[in-house]
Amino acid sequence: MFNGLDPALYAHSPLTETAENRRVRLDHRTMTSTMKMYGKHRFHGKLFVVEGIDGSGKSTQVALLQKWLESEGYVTFFSEWNSSPLVREVTRRGKKKRMLTPMTFSLIHATDFADRTEHHIIPPLKSGALVLADRYIYTAFARDVARGVDPLWVRSLYQFAVKPTIGFYFKISLDEAMKRILGGRDAIKFYEAGMDLKITDDIEESFRIFQGRIIDEYEKMVSEFGLVVIDASLSIEEQQEQMRQIVSDALAGTKKTRIRKWLDLSTMVKKASRQ
Amino acid sequence: MARFEYYGKKGLPTVNLEELKGKLIVIEGTDGVGRSTHIGLLKQWLENNGHAVLDTGMTRSALAGEGLKSAKEGHTLGWLTMTLFYATDFADRLENEVIPSLRAGFIVLTDRYIFSQMARAIIRGADQEWIKKVFEFTLKPDLVIYLRVGIQDLITRVIQHSGFNYWESGMDLHLGEDMYESFVEYQTRLLREFDNMAGEYNFKVIETSPNIEEVFDQIKSSVEPLLEARRPRITTNPS
Repeated sequence: MFNGLDPALYAHSPLTETAENRRVRLDHRTMTSTMKMYGKHRFHGKLFVVEGIDGSGKSTQVALLQKWLESEGYVTFFSEWNSSPLVREVTRRGKKKRMLTPMTFSLIHATDFADRTEHHIIPPLKSGALVLADRYIYTAFARDVARGVDPLWVRSLYQFAVKPTIGFYFKISLDEAMKRILGGRDAIKFYEAGMDLKITDDIEESFRIFQGRIIDEYEKMVSEFGLVVIDASLSIEEQQEQMRQIVSDALAGTKKTRIRKWLDLSTMVKKASRQ
Repeated sequence: MARFEYYGKKGLPTVNLEELKGKLIVIEGTDGVGRSTHIGLLKQWLENNGHAVLDTGMTRSALAGEGLKSAKEGHTLGWLTMTLFYATDFADRLENEVIPSLRAGFIVLTDRYIFSQMARAIIRGADQEWIKKVFEFTLKPDLVIYLRVGIQDLITRVIQHSGFNYWESGMDLHLGEDMYESFVEYQTRLLREFDNMAGEYNFKVIETSPNIEEVFDQIKSSVEPLLEARRPRITTNPS
């Protein structure tokens, strides 16, 4: 029977209609998505993520990787940690006013990541793009567990995440990372130093202890999640060379969609027509 | 032994459960069922009997309340993000209002708890096991009163009070051809989820009716066993 043609189904009085009539009448448009879990997504696109502590040089490396992929004719999409327009402001304020506990720190970052997943990761992957992520769920696992959050709980919290094609871990010693950070930036941030844990009043000492815990967590995750370790003490060029080799193997058979070229072309046309 | 436990094995890393002395009472129920009326009555009754009471809604925290509100006003908020945003908001409330009050020996009355949020997430497609896990960090309340209502009564109440709104009608789910259709379908599904949870989470189910006193009497008799044995009533005017 075709629901739409049965007049009985339309002769409903809002307040007296039976549940069964309603069910039948609305059945054909009740569409609920089912939640896909880590490792269960299937997309045309590929996801490459970079992980490591601050000062490991991962952001430099992912930027170079993106340049190369685009020059090779792939469509890329870049997504970074803490970048959801809906959530970022709450996180920023929470950090500034030091309102975050280990639990809310964990949950607000998961919220931000959920928004990125819904907007910046799944849609480009569906379209066949290469998504590059600067920090991913492993950042949360490392930081939250270093703050005392249950490792199993935080892993289940992020189960909605898409499993990366490759997760790179930029491995660097704490001393080397500290040299790079202290040289470049003037202040270590409160939460990055784990000052909320009140380990010690000395921010540099707290940073050292907290980031040390984070490195321990990353080390554990290398085998747990099959992260690809890059020695971040090597030269920038050597690291990039390794990354490109690994990514290029993972891309064997992936279609290059030269949409980028068309976009470039259209801006050129616009420029030309303005002159 | 601590009076409280978490739904999961591990909970909030910074909280010592041994310190929590008060009682946690939850009033759950769908939109427009009269939760706030009964919380008001219950608070008054408890205070009259000498108990210190904190009544709190479980949304609009200092941390995430504003951000959540503005996110809901836009049109880019996905269900997964909304679910976790609410969980953040909830955790902030739990850690900064509920737990300090329990530490101080208050009776905490909360307007809703995790159950509404779980139900909303499930009908939007969240995996049941996943959403349960997410909320494992929360305290098991001493009592969860579920004010149950049939869909027909609910419609009448909502029309009389506030009318239909976007989120309470589940308009983001595109369940019906207009707000009314959507409201009925959405709320029917919510009620079904609450019924599903009732056994597992040990709800004290109270059928609501237009007779407020009748409902409140039932609420009182389910709260009474939780209270400390009362000393003989002290009157201000002994004869």
